[in-house]
Amino acid sequence: MPGEAGERTMSAIKQVAVFALLSAMAATAAAQVELRDARGRSSTWTTPPARIVSMVPSITEGLCALGACAKLVGTDRYSNWPESVKALPKLGGLDDAQVERIVGLKPDVVLAAPSARAVGRLEALGIRVLVLEAKTHADVERSLTTLARLVGQPAEATLLWAAIQRDLKAATARVPAALRGQRVYFEIASAPYGAGAASFIGETLAQMGLGNALPPELGPFPKLNPEYVVRVQPDIVMATRRAVDEMPRRPGWDRLRALQMQHSCGFDAERYDMLVRPGPRLGEAAQTLADCLIAIDERDRRAQQDNGAKAPTR
Amino acid sequence: MEREAAAQRRRLGGFLALLALLLGVAGLAAGSDGWSWRVLLDPDAALIVGQIRAPRTVGAWLTGALLALAGAVAQGLFRNPLADPYLLGSAAGASLGVVIVLAAAALGGHAIGLATADTLSRFGLVSAAFIGALGGVMLTLALAAGAQQTTRLLLAGVVVGVVLGACSDMLTTLAPEALQGKQTFMLGTTGFLGWDSVVVLGGGLLATLPLAWRLARALDALTLGEDTARTLGLPLARLRAALVTVLALATGVAVSQAGLVAFVGLVSPHLVRRFAPGPQGWMLLASAATGGALLLGADVLARSLIAPQELPVGVLTAVLGGGYLLWLLHRRGVR
Repeated sequence: MPGEAGERTMSAIKQVAVFALLSAMAATAAAQVELRDARGRSSTWTTPPARIVSMVPSITEGLCALGACAKLVGTDRYSNWPESVKALPKLGGLDDAQVERIVGLKPDVVLAAPSARAVGRLEALGIRVLVLEAKTHADVERSLTTLARLVGQPAEATLLWAAIQRDLKAATARVPAALRGQRVYFEIASAPYGAGAASFIGETLAQMGLGNALPPELGPFPKLNPEYVVRVQPDIVMATRRAVDEMPRRPGWDRLRALQMQHSCGFDAERYDMLVRPGPRLGEAAQTLADCLIAIDERDRRAQQDNGAKAPTR
Repeated sequence: MEREAAAQRRRLGGFLALLALLLGVAGLAAGSDGWSWRVLLDPDAALIVGQIRAPRTVGAWLTGALLALAGAVAQGLFRNPLADPYLLGSAAGASLGVVIVLAAAALGGHAIGLATADTLSRFGLVSAAFIGALGGVMLTLALAAGAQQTTRLLLAGVVVGVVLGACSDMLTTLAPEALQGKQTFMLGTTGFLGWDSVVVLGGGLLATLPLAWRLARALDALTLGEDTARTLGLPLARLRAALVTVLALATGVAVSQAGLVAFVGLVSPHLVRRFAPGPQGWMLLASAATGGALLLGADVLARSLIAPQELPVGVLTAVLGGGYLLWLLHRRGVR
């Protein structure tokens, strides 16, 4: 009975079709991602964005650390790591973003920090904007998780964060015993602004078992009276190479014991960028701090040995 | 003599109209890839040209016109060629408004409650700048006890400017994150002007220009001196209050959309006076048209000079307007 056979075939085809349709729907449902950004706004992503513009250096770094660097089509003018992003179009800063160029790049999403006027303008032009905040370690973890889910690699964030934590622990273990608990003054701008205990740099220092010369009630990045630093007499001073070299010339700062004893870390521009960016290189930053602390400790020991060697001759 | 002056005015009027038209066309062609007409045929033309370049071009002209109108009103009102739209505390007020919103996010959780910070950020930079500008002028008026005396008004404006400026400096000290946004605002930017901004700016010009036109006769009387104006039977205090309102509204609307664009308001009336002086009504209209052309010209250059990068438009208005004025002064000195 050819008719019956035909009908059976037809129904089989229908079944297959229905099954395929259902599984396709299930697949899209699984791929569909619901994200909540720093403004508390939620957005739904059916497919991972293929073209991304990042307007924040730490977010650029985060995206690249998650292995999605190739999706970047443009960044802000400050993004400079990893090396490959330097070749991308530079679209201004957050506050003077070049709207036309960004739109011209046809990004599927623009990643930005809060409080940027450009965000409103871009959204009015029909571009999706995801606002991410990175002020604390917890923010960094949250941003990385959001980014990883956005690019469809949710597992990557967990791995990356675990690696950061591993680096942090390793760095902590490398801090010389003699320097544990010493109070650090970390200068972020020569006005001077220091990194307080409430900042992410302060968090890193605390995790590494170091103290902070600035109490938490001063807030994350307080502008200080230069006299305050002299009075507080931090045990270790950290800043850019240039700032550290220039510090003894500030009135009264030649009396800083940390500077006299060379308990200072002057970082070159590249390393300093890494230290002051709340991004995926947090762990590496901690390792850099540990390197400097080890160097200080070695200098101290050598000085002690010299003194010890000199003592009998006297 | 009078006929020659009228002909001069007609020539300048025609030239400004033509300039606006030419610059308008240039504004559609100049973009992030320099000068190119090809983008007009692009499938994205509706977005790039229709939604970005067109409103930016119209918006830049309107912003310049508003600032120059305010400048002409200020110079007529204070009978001082150095008066500019930012004189009565509006600039400092607008910056303070912007800094409060910018710093809100940073200070949230520390100096102020998170809920307050959130409300402030939602409030937006545009409305903050507008309310700040009007607030600054109102504070000046309150300090000067109304608009009775010009000197008192000027002095109050300076004091308010200094005090509000100090307040915003203090906020940026507490929240250095706000510094960059503040700097952008103080330099002025035409990059974020959309059709919604154009509606606001156009509305501002439609509201202030007819009012200023009606007050032009009072300004004419004021050029003869306050005493003469008073003997002519003009209600000076009321008229001055009305002129200050025009000044504050025009400035507030312009800076809320484009920031503190420098020099357009100061230099435009001078340019008009140099080429085709006339009664105040003409001065107001021609200054507005000159300011529009000046800012639009600066904007087109800002986009194209170092494309794909952009120059701050405020820097260019200062260089263009200031340079031209200097050249004029120099030529006049040589003759």
